[in-house]
This record gives sequence, C-alpha cells and structure tokens, in this order.
Amino acid sequence: MRPFFSFVQKEFFHIFRDKRTMLILLGMPIIQMLLFGFAISTEVKNTKVAVFDPSKDASTRLIKERLQASNYFDLAEELTDPGQINDVFKDGNIGLVVVFSEGFASDLRHTGDASIQLITDGTDPNQASLITAYATGILTACQQELAGMAEVSGRIVPELKMLYNPQGESAYNFVPGVMGMILMLICAMMTSIAIVREKETGTMEILLASPMRPIQIILAKMAPYFVLSAVNLATILLLSAFVLHVPIVGNLGLLVAVSLLFIFLALSLGLLISNVVNSQMAAMLVSGMGLMMPVMLLSGLIFPIESMPEILQWISAIVPARWFIAAVRKIMIQGVEFHAVAKEVGILALMTGLLIAVSLKNFKTRLS
Amino acid sequence: MKAIYTEQLSKAYGRVQALDAVSFEVEPGEIYGIIGPDGAGKTTLFRILTTLMLADRGKAAVEGLDVVKDFKAIRRIIGYMPGHFSLYQDLTVEENLRFFATVFGTTIEANYRLIEDIYRQIEPFRQRRAGKLSGGMKQKLALCCALIHQPKVLFLDEPTTGVDPVSRKEFWEMLVRLKAQGISILVSTPYMDEAKLCDRIALMQGGRFLRVDTPPGIVGSFPYPLWAVQSKDMHRLLSDLRGYPHLRSSYSFGESYHVVLKPEGTPGDLKEYLSGEGHKEIEVGQIIPTVEDCFMLMLNEKEVL
Repeated sequence: MRPFFSFVQKEFFHIFRDKRTMLILLGMPIIQMLLFGFAISTEVKNTKVAVFDPSKDASTRLIKERLQASNYFDLAEELTDPGQINDVFKDGNIGLVVVFSEGFASDLRHTGDASIQLITDGTDPNQASLITAYATGILTACQQELAGMAEVSGRIVPELKMLYNPQGESAYNFVPGVMGMILMLICAMMTSIAIVREKETGTMEILLASPMRPIQIILAKMAPYFVLSAVNLATILLLSAFVLHVPIVGNLGLLVAVSLLFIFLALSLGLLISNVVNSQMAAMLVSGMGLMMPVMLLSGLIFPIESMPEILQWISAIVPARWFIAAVRKIMIQGVEFHAVAKEVGILALMTGLLIAVSLKNFKTRLS
Repeated sequence: MKAIYTEQLSKAYGRVQALDAVSFEVEPGEIYGIIGPDGAGKTTLFRILTTLMLADRGKAAVEGLDVVKDFKAIRRIIGYMPGHFSLYQDLTVEENLRFFATVFGTTIEANYRLIEDIYRQIEPFRQRRAGKLSGGMKQKLALCCALIHQPKVLFLDEPTTGVDPVSRKEFWEMLVRLKAQGISILVSTPYMDEAKLCDRIALMQGGRFLRVDTPPGIVGSFPYPLWAVQSKDMHRLLSDLRGYPHLRSSYSFGESYHVVLKPEGTPGDLKEYLSGEGHKEIEVGQIIPTVEDCFMLMLNEKEVL
C-alpha cells in the first residue's frame, strides 16, 4: 500500500504546486454559482407590457393603471386582436402580454371568477417566472382593492402561460445544472490531463515498467480529484444554501451519495479519454468539446429537455449529466425520497460500471 | 545466463519494419551500446525488452526471464530510462527520488550506497524542482531514479541526448563505475564518440544490426586508408570532391571531409585534381578511422564489412 499512498501524495504535490490550475479548480464553482445566481437572472424593471382588453371596464382599467404605476411595468401597446400576441413577442420588445377575458368586470361581479391571462416569453424561463411573479403580486393587490370598493367580492384567477417553455422551470434550477457541469469538468478533464501528462513526459513508461499494478496507478490518479470534487460539492451546496438561498429540501445524505456516484462516473470518463488520446492538448479538447458542450446543451442545464426536438431528447439520454441533474433537481428542490430517483440513480450506476469496465480493459499493461 | 538474449526479434508498425529479425546477447556486467540514427529501431527494441511492447515475432529474455510470460518479474529487476525522459518537473530532486524508490517498493536509505557517487553531485540541490535543473543534472537525477531499486539490468535509451559534452563525459564515467558493481547496461546513443566506451557495440540501421563487435574490432576492420581533406573554400570542396573520378565516398566530418579513395586514386593525385579546380591551401592527411567512419562506410556499401 505504501507505493499507492506515495503516489497519491505526489499527485497532490502536482495539484498544489500548479497555483493557477488550483485557483481554477476551486474558484470555478464559486464564480459559476454567483454568475448564474446573480448576473444571469436579471431584475425586472420597466418591462414593456402589451394588453388585450376586449372588456374595457372599470376593473380592467384599474388593473392597467396599477401595472403602469409600478416600477416594473410599462404599458406599451394595446392589442386589438389575440392573433397579434405572437407577433409582439417576436418583435422582442414586449416581455409580458396581459389578456383579459371578455366581460371581465361582469364575470367578477356575477360569477366571482374573472380570468386574466399572463403570457410571457418562456425562452428565458428565469426572466419569465420573475415577470409573472411580479405581475401576480400586483394583481393580488388589485383584487383586494376591488374587493375593498365593495363593488365586487370575487376572485381574479390569473392564468399563467410561458410560451415555448410550458413547464416554466424555476429560477434556481440552475444549481443542479452547475453541479453537473463543474463536477463533470473537473473530474473528467483533470484526470484525463493528469494521466496524459505522464504519457507526454515519458514517466508513464517508467511507471508501467515498474512493479506497480495499473489499477493502483489509476486509483492513485483518481483519488486526489475525487477529494477535490468533494470539496467543490460542499462549496456549491453551501453557496446555494446560504448565499443564493436555494434550500436543500430533500435528504442531504441522498444528495451527497448521488453526487459521489456522479463524480466517480466522471472520473472513469476521464480515464477513458486518457486511454485514447496522447497529448494534453487533445485531452483538453476531447473533454472540453466532447463533454462540456453536451453537458451545457443537452443536459437540461440551459434548455429544458422537454422542449427539445425528439431526436435531441434521445441523444441527451446518453449524457450522464442529464440524469444527474434530473436526480439532483428532484432531491434538492422537490425533496423526493430515494424511490423517486431510483431510475436516474440506476442509469448513472449502469453508466459508471460500463465506463470503468471499458477503461480498465483498455488501460494497457503495455504501451500502445 | 545472459543478461539479455534475443532471437529473430521483429516488430512492424503498419508497413514500417521497425525491427527486422534482431538477434543478440548481452553478457552479465557488460556495457552494450546500440549506435544508430533516429528511426533505426532503437526505442522499439528497448520497449520490447522492458516489457512495454510485444514483438510480432521472435523471442527475448532478460536475466533468463521471458519478456512476455514473466513480464512482472522482469519489471522488478530492471531499471529503465526512456528517451527524452523528463522526470516530474514540479517535484524537487529529493521528492522525485523518493517517489521512484517507493514505486519500486524500496527506500532511498536502503540503496543509498549504489547511487551515492552520483547523488552526491546533485545533493546540494535536493530542494530544487527538477524542472529548474540543468540538462546534465537532470540526467544524473534520472539515472539515480532508475538505479534506486538496485536493478540487475539497466536500459538507457539515448540518455545523453541534449546534454552538454562535459556532463556526457561524466555520465559515461558513472556507467563504467556501475558496470564495476556488476550491473549489465544496454545503452543507445546517436553519438558515435560515446561508442568507444562500450564493451561491445552494435551498429543499427533500418531495424537491423549491421554489425556487432568491440569498438577496436569495428575500427580495426576498416578496410581502406582514410583521408581528411581541407581547403580554403570548404563550401565548394564537397561538390568538387564528388567530381573526382577515383573517389569511393566522402562526407562531412567536423571541420574536414573524410574521404575514401578507389585503388586508382592517390592523395597526391587528389591534391593535384583539386588545385586544378582552383582550390587553395589544400590539406590531405591520413587519419585513424573512428566508429562513425565505420558506420558511414557501412551505410554506403553494406557488402564491404
């Protein structure tokens, strides 16, 4: 066992002495979390609003006035036909369309249920959900005001609709996404680079010609990145809970267990990459382009999988991060128990087993 | 038992025949040099013998152990310095040495005696990162790392490439001392001047051993008088030499051209011919052939030797 620990110690030396890489490794999760958390979810201010109001009564006028009076909205357009809704979104100026039902005030008075439709642009779900939240708040206030006028006692039922993204993924869904991306990047890219570097410098030849067993070399290479990833996992969870106030609803133990499984999967993917490439540059390109792009685009991190063309949905099924992100969303945000993520965990475990088997089979006791 | 033994060893990469039926033996406690240009197949031979690669055909054994069947046992008793080996640049001298010691299941202290001579020279810098060492120091450290587990056979693939002449000389002095301790050494080099320090050398080209002999044996078998030719206009000299009808071969060697003449040619005749071509300060002097001259001759006319 002594050669193994000595090897692990050497790997840590490599990591700690490369200050720049270490800064990236430990700083990247923090920067990405803050970036996604603050910079990308922009504030709602002076959002242009278009209104379709076939009713034109006192109640609808009040609501429009209140919308206009708030800092958040700016009445820009009165639509005359519901068919224009799509067009105003395509022009790109309008962030929200408010559609009143016909005979809004009389519905409110007689049936006690008047419906109002809030339509947002779901291509930016974060922004869209913020806009609807603000608009709903104003509507609730209007409702109380109308009730206070004793004229009516009904409810206004806002009906929310996010065009292009009917699921309306909520703003803090990015936390699982960032976890998936960071862990994949650090584990896969860093392990593959670390192994390939030994090929480049010729030290791998010596290690192979030594009595050390290949499995020991592999595990020793993986161990430090496993530890680093665990540190990153802790950073992400702490940031998300205490800075971004995204609560961890579900079981923390389950969350950590699933994450460790995913880390292990990413490590074996890195190992596989190091088997097929021979230079650090190639390792970086393969893990960068071959892993980052699918993780960014096909895992549901940025674009919801449900709204992808079917063929892309199929392709996304082989992206491990997709299953990890789905599982973390369920555990962390919905707070489900293990049986609800059994499918995702099963798929991840299967992928891990497969990758380990393939890379161990490929890792040669000899060169080429 | 031979330190190294191979029989009809062949290896091809696609259509390139890297090793072509190579058979040779290295005696225990011998320094055996393989001399040849890049692409001669030296590294392939080393990798097969260090169990890092499988031959297509033929047999090979190190200390009586088969390179395919007993590869694990071989890995315990050999020291290997691959070509362009660069250690861990970001680890210190001492950390590198300690790491390789533990990888081979030993400690620096246990085998300090063997590397003492060499290590003492780099010990003042033991806290320095290997990347900050000079080329010669790096080679010394690499040699220490290859020796730290007391190997029976040492494989050095171009250990002195890119190292200054003084360090090269020191390095070879160390090899001679190691040999005295009973370690068999297989070493390859593109530098012909290092060849004379080996017990035996093999001239290698195109995957084949052209000739195996002791350095004096190889030099002694040079069949022609050898002439060194110089003139004021060295640049034009080579093409004019090639125009001389009684020339067998000529090539650049340091500050002069080494020339072998056909039986009809004499140095006086050559001098006359060259001054006829307009050369000044012509000098033609006989010299003792070196290993490199033998090698050049062999490349030009394989049937002669």
